[in-house]
Amino acid sequence: MLKNRQDLIALREGCMAAAQLQKRRILVCAGTGCVSSGSLKIFDRLKELIEANGISCPVELKVEPHEPGIHGGECACHAQAENADNSIAMKKSGCHGFCEMGPLVRIEPEGYLYTKVRLSDCEEIVEKTILNNEPIDRLAYKRNGEIYRKQEEIPFYKNQTRVVLEHCGHIDALSVKEYLSIGGYTAFEKALFDMTPDDIVNEISESKLRGRGGGGFPTGKKWAQVKAQKAEQKYVVCNGDEGDPGAFMDRSIMEGDPHRMLEGMMIAAVACGATEGYIYVRAEYPLAVFRLRTAIEQAKEIGLLGKNILGSGFDFDLHINQGAGAFVCGEGSALTASIEGKRGMPRTKPPRTVEHGLFEMPTVLNNVETYANVPSIISKGAKWFCTIGTESSPGTKAFAITGNIANTGLIEVPMGTTLREVVYTVGGGMRGEGQFKAVQIGGPSGGCLTEKDLDLPLDFDSLKKVGAMIGSGGLVVMNDKTCMVEVARFFMNFTQNESCGKCTPCREGTKRMLEILERIVHGKGQEGDIELLLELADTVSSTALCGLGKSAPNPVVSTIKNFRDEYEAHIFEKRCPTGNCARLKRIVIDPAVCKGCSKCARQCPAGAISGELKSPFHIDLTKCLRCGACITACPFHAIREE
Amino acid sequence: MNKEFDYNVLDEILKEHNYDESHTVTILQEVQAHYSYLPKEAFPYLAEKLGVPEAKIYGVATFYENFSLEPKGTNIIRCCDGTACHVRHSTDVLEYLRKELGLSATKRTTDDLKFTVETVSCLGACGLAPVITVNGKVYSQMTKEKAAEVLKELREEN
Repeated sequence: MLKNRQDLIALREGCMAAAQLQKRRILVCAGTGCVSSGSLKIFDRLKELIEANGISCPVELKVEPHEPGIHGGECACHAQAENADNSIAMKKSGCHGFCEMGPLVRIEPEGYLYTKVRLSDCEEIVEKTILNNEPIDRLAYKRNGEIYRKQEEIPFYKNQTRVVLEHCGHIDALSVKEYLSIGGYTAFEKALFDMTPDDIVNEISESKLRGRGGGGFPTGKKWAQVKAQKAEQKYVVCNGDEGDPGAFMDRSIMEGDPHRMLEGMMIAAVACGATEGYIYVRAEYPLAVFRLRTAIEQAKEIGLLGKNILGSGFDFDLHINQGAGAFVCGEGSALTASIEGKRGMPRTKPPRTVEHGLFEMPTVLNNVETYANVPSIISKGAKWFCTIGTESSPGTKAFAITGNIANTGLIEVPMGTTLREVVYTVGGGMRGEGQFKAVQIGGPSGGCLTEKDLDLPLDFDSLKKVGAMIGSGGLVVMNDKTCMVEVARFFMNFTQNESCGKCTPCREGTKRMLEILERIVHGKGQEGDIELLLELADTVSSTALCGLGKSAPNPVVSTIKNFRDEYEAHIFEKRCPTGNCARLKRIVIDPAVCKGCSKCARQCPAGAISGELKSPFHIDLTKCLRCGACITACPFHAIREE
Repeated sequence: MNKEFDYNVLDEILKEHNYDESHTVTILQEVQAHYSYLPKEAFPYLAEKLGVPEAKIYGVATFYENFSLEPKGTNIIRCCDGTACHVRHSTDVLEYLRKELGLSATKRTTDDLKFTVETVSCLGACGLAPVITVNGKVYSQMTKEKAAEVLKELREEN
């Protein structure tokens, strides 16, 4: 157990020295993406092959003597010198963000990044790179004929600014010693011993850090409000209920650098006088829950959580609550209700969470990424933080870019970076043949951005102006083959399913909006549907109880604003310009090619095809089921979908 | 009380949580982890022991998507229907699996209790879209053909 500040400093120095001795390190990505592509087997195989060459592969950092923090010995730490020059450290790291190219293997000190590694590549990696320091170009990332051997040279990484994800993919996510070896818990130590709670709150306020969960509320202001409350018990709660489909920033932080987030929460607790904390993680993230649980246990074991932490008199304990599959629990008051064991339904505000939060007590509720920003701000100062990003939204933002984009993955860029840079420079442009059409930002609560918004800086205020929101940071890139009416229907279907049913505007309004959208994509749209959608949208967003309802109409409003012509084509011409909507497909016979053999008419299950032998046949669209049987039947390829 | 039902399982879970009402969600999760669903016998028992109305427990159980009041199959296939998967045609895979197993949006489990097919909101593995999980294991970049292989393997195992 670490009993005081000196103990912590000594353990950290020991860890740092031990890490310095590890010259050759192999980091195998163990994020959800790479694990599903088989990265853990690759880890085992590499280890086995290296050990077969008589080289030891320590997985843990060796800190001497007797791992003091862990086993309660004296804290005179010295790194173990033996094996230092020829051993090879093997780590299971957090998500590198480049999920599409996984499984990923990073080799240090050179910084080689091997992509799409297969089990059969392991022997070559050991033989060439590990034993003979040779890079393998076959496994390196390639783009436009150029080979990028080192991770830092790849455009996807080169154009990012990593603050929150600084260590994601570079350290073993399951080891507190690894975290200490890169200066972990320095900020907490500083906050606990060198700063007053007021100092901490002021530093965060000056940094102008804004909530990364979507709302963009100033974090310092929130902390100050909780700090000012007088109560027997205060809580720090972390919102890890990342429910936005297409967003996985928080998952990657929780999986890749869990201690960083814990440190942020601990600093918040010192600042606000909270003694207990809860982390609410959605059930769909089992790996994140496991890593957080391990991190909490480790922190307890070495005495960074518990009673009288480092002899300072400060008590703090952390619990994990798993969600049970309700998107609405991402809303503050629903989240606290869910932790209390109730149905996760939002309540009327005020009183706000800062006054009556969890168990009716003052509560600091922040998002994962917000907490993960805190340690850097405390260590490096608010001034440093303000040099990144824009005037009103300093710092960086992590985005998950997915959809029809070349480099799917997790990125972090300064606030205010333009959409063009994100999509084309970091994201590598469009995937395949399709042209850029739109980006859906902020998930089911956000809106879409189009070609004309490409030079828009991505920050809280600029996006608000165009009717979108940064949300939690999911960016879904869509090409010209995507039907925007169908996208709006998809999101409305999502929100409708997730509406908790407490308030009428959301429960009924979203249902009616969904019905209209469904009828449009089914070819039964009527004149006046667009106006009706907009009217309903206005009512729902101005009268719903919580953020979920208020923002539910956003995707519809923004797609109507940007792609009204597509809605009109569906409604008036019964045509889907992208050919996506199955019910609106038209199957036609080209009279110039048709020989009038009648094969199609005999295959048609609906009896929709008629004609005279040896002259072109005709399809009755009112009877046609769009099954496509005629297309396969036609020996002359005269029938096609339009 | 149902004499055939083993209430010891519930007792152990309750004890672990100190009979604390605020742990209702977690208690139900643990009961479900044991039975793969929430057996009806659990409701009156938990209500009594936690000192809350049965309706409250039932309310919580039906509010959250992850709780099931019906037994599930031995193989649970969950298809992600998040945005990223959706734009890469996850629906094709879902429809294929349902068709193959004779299931639908309302009938999720086969009569022989071998397979359950359900949708799940974003699993956060968007880089590998479309994804499905089979008994917790993630399968990436799914197609109908790959789904057919997975089904074949599962059928052979059972």
